[in-house]
Amino acid sequence: MLVNEVINAKDLPVMEFDGIIVGGGGAGMRASLQLAESGLNTAVISKVFPTRSHTVSAQGGITCAIQSDDPDDDWRWHMFDTVKGSDYIGDQEAIEYMCSEGPKAVFELEHMGLPFSRTEEGRIYQRPFGGQSKDYGKGGQATRTCAAADRTGHSLLHTLFQANLKAGTNFLNEWFAVDLVVNADKAVVGVIAFKIETGEIYYIKSKATVLATGGAGRIYSSTTNALINSGDGIGMALRAGMPVQDIEMWQFHPTGIHGAGTLVTEGCRGEGGYLLNKDGERFMERYAPNAKDLASRDVVARSMALEILEGRGCGPNADHIFLRLDHLGPEVVHKRLPGITELSKTFAGVDPAVQPIPVVPTCHYMMGGIPTNINGQVISVEHGEDKIVDGLYAAGEVACVSVHGGNRLGGNSLLDLVVFGRAAGLYIEESMKQGVEVKDASNDDIEKALERLNRLNASTEGDQVAVLKEKMQQNMQNNFGVFRRGDLMEKGIEELAKTREEVNDIFLQDKSATFNTARIEALEMQNLFEVAEATAITANERKESRGAHARDDFTERDDENWLKHSIYYADTKEVSKRDVNYRPKTVQAFQPMVRSY
Amino acid sequence: MSAAAIPVAQIKTITMSIYRYDPTLDKKPYMQDIIVEVPTDKDIMVLDALHLAKAQEPSLSYRRSCREGVCGSDGMNINGKNGLACVTPLSEVIKRNKITLRPMPGLPVVRDLIVDMKQFYDQLEKVRPYLITKSDSPDTERTQSPEDREQLDGLYECILCGCCSTSCPSFWWNPDKFLGPAALLQSWRFIADTRDEATDERLDDLEDAFSLYRCHGIMNCVSVCPKGLNPTEAISNIRNKLLTRKKA
Repeated sequence: MLVNEVINAKDLPVMEFDGIIVGGGGAGMRASLQLAESGLNTAVISKVFPTRSHTVSAQGGITCAIQSDDPDDDWRWHMFDTVKGSDYIGDQEAIEYMCSEGPKAVFELEHMGLPFSRTEEGRIYQRPFGGQSKDYGKGGQATRTCAAADRTGHSLLHTLFQANLKAGTNFLNEWFAVDLVVNADKAVVGVIAFKIETGEIYYIKSKATVLATGGAGRIYSSTTNALINSGDGIGMALRAGMPVQDIEMWQFHPTGIHGAGTLVTEGCRGEGGYLLNKDGERFMERYAPNAKDLASRDVVARSMALEILEGRGCGPNADHIFLRLDHLGPEVVHKRLPGITELSKTFAGVDPAVQPIPVVPTCHYMMGGIPTNINGQVISVEHGEDKIVDGLYAAGEVACVSVHGGNRLGGNSLLDLVVFGRAAGLYIEESMKQGVEVKDASNDDIEKALERLNRLNASTEGDQVAVLKEKMQQNMQNNFGVFRRGDLMEKGIEELAKTREEVNDIFLQDKSATFNTARIEALEMQNLFEVAEATAITANERKESRGAHARDDFTERDDENWLKHSIYYADTKEVSKRDVNYRPKTVQAFQPMVRSY
Repeated sequence: MSAAAIPVAQIKTITMSIYRYDPTLDKKPYMQDIIVEVPTDKDIMVLDALHLAKAQEPSLSYRRSCREGVCGSDGMNINGKNGLACVTPLSEVIKRNKITLRPMPGLPVVRDLIVDMKQFYDQLEKVRPYLITKSDSPDTERTQSPEDREQLDGLYECILCGCCSTSCPSFWWNPDKFLGPAALLQSWRFIADTRDEATDERLDDLEDAFSLYRCHGIMNCVSVCPKGLNPTEAISNIRNKLLTRKKA
């Protein structure tokens, strides 16, 4: 059966696996590796060949207290930094798990062959990153980010792909997952997916479905994210009646290359680079007297935006900031930051060993996502109570476990994806051993997951993707950026509401079944729109400033009312609150403090 | 980016001559000219120009992901030379306001600029592109000196875009028997890694007339690699290793 036909559930061919992973990035391939090595019949469904996933673009490193640079480093200090960085709405049980299990997960990567840079002693090289401290913020800057030059994500992704080849994982490469199949018990029992090359469509059945589809930075017009970051897992979860958590929390990375949006790693500042305004002033000394250029990302991004707003931006239009590296000398720049040198030459026309790089805060990371526990199990919130969704797991950027809360620290995303991809794999392995019984999906259940495709195939007129996408991205960029304001957000929400029908009724002109990228883009656009709408409504609802969410009309953090996760459901479009976990297992919880750097 | 948003004075039109083929619709491939409006006050990449073409002609198909030269999706033949569309400035390849785009040569075309990479990936898998160790792993990392780690520079950065292998005549003639520059670069990446404990087996696998020795040093691979890597050098390093092994 082909994707451009009228597709019905009763004729749909079925494939079956013990576990399926949607997404072939770092989180997905770490989960699949765990399952494949335990002998389970495992498939990765990836819309691109796995090494094209966005993990490949991560540069600076993976933050973890492996005690290479500093033999006295302590995962509890890393935990403190992460809790503080999250502006106190990161779940402390999850952060404790990530920071304490981290070293194991990083050493495993090294054993798989990840080509880390090395110290003179032959250990893994670590560099300083933003928001890092020793001794619970009292001991000065820490040096905790493990790096493979400035190509850590590339190295990590390729290493995981290699390890999966070795383990015999089944790869359904260039397959697109459309929607989740949910049975009568509200358990997830697989996905509808098609092979992009031929258009052959299947119900892929499994007792464990892991969403590892990454982020959705393409809801904004200016982003460091790959073109494929369309929030597919978020769209699938919201349509299937699952919630998203803290989805209003979007990280703007301080240093995206002006005009192009491509990322320049925080590792540049870790290696000693700093930011300058048009007067040549090292302005971060004013905003963060201690940490300066290595303050948390939200703090640095806001400071840069203020400099530009107040007329101290660089360039003829005073619309960017300079990142200076030339004082480090060509040796450091070329050896530690070879990828940055290449990107700066290509996208800004400058050699950073000689000239500063023009940069602006650029959408980078989705802190929110599908709520999960530390086993990767997806959680729904019913009448204020957490309830586990059977059969569904999420890990990596698509998930909100939540280790990043209101603001992610640099180097914590790669750690998040290996630790929780692994954790989900370990949990599934264990539960399969004990036996999982699920009710088969009925034809009606499957039909629901086919709706979107059939609707696209039936479309005869309407707006095409390019027009709708640009409208949405401009709206999000203008009304839900670094600084937010109630009246503008309401205008933005209205605009989205007006576009909703057009997005549901996208016109697919090209009906070919063969590698039809227009069909993929239409399906992706619908996913992006779910993320945009969830972001907009939730951002307007959180009436305070916390982490990356900075409001001009509510400038203070409000712990009394908002030391909470936000929870959003697409069917009601309503926002509720969920308690933040302050119950780590082996240490005392860190209580909210004034957050300064 | 929309062409409509740019003031008239700052745009010019270019002709993109693009290879088109959808096997379900077309009896045979053809070249289609798509006229695109591009800005004159700043340079854009070939991939940006393709997006503008696709906005007019949504059925136009090509792969793309990171748009910054690290994922290796958008390898294609640009004015006769393989490269990545996302890091190739239009100004460098445009001639008389025209640019010609074709799929990478030597592999079957799936549709338009998209080739079937199966043979390329199959050859990669043959070199067992993963670290093989026999000794037990330590509790922490395996140590490696900075000098030993430096041996991997110029090797581990490969993005598997396929530009090299699909510009190699030896790979065109024997894509099933000659491993091709990309796979051989990976082979050397693991032989050169001091942590790997399967050098002999890896060399054994290459001891036939085709896998390695079909490289004739044409060096197209080196001239097209968008990451500036040198597969020919890697191949000659493997040859030397095989030779010294024989002598010993």
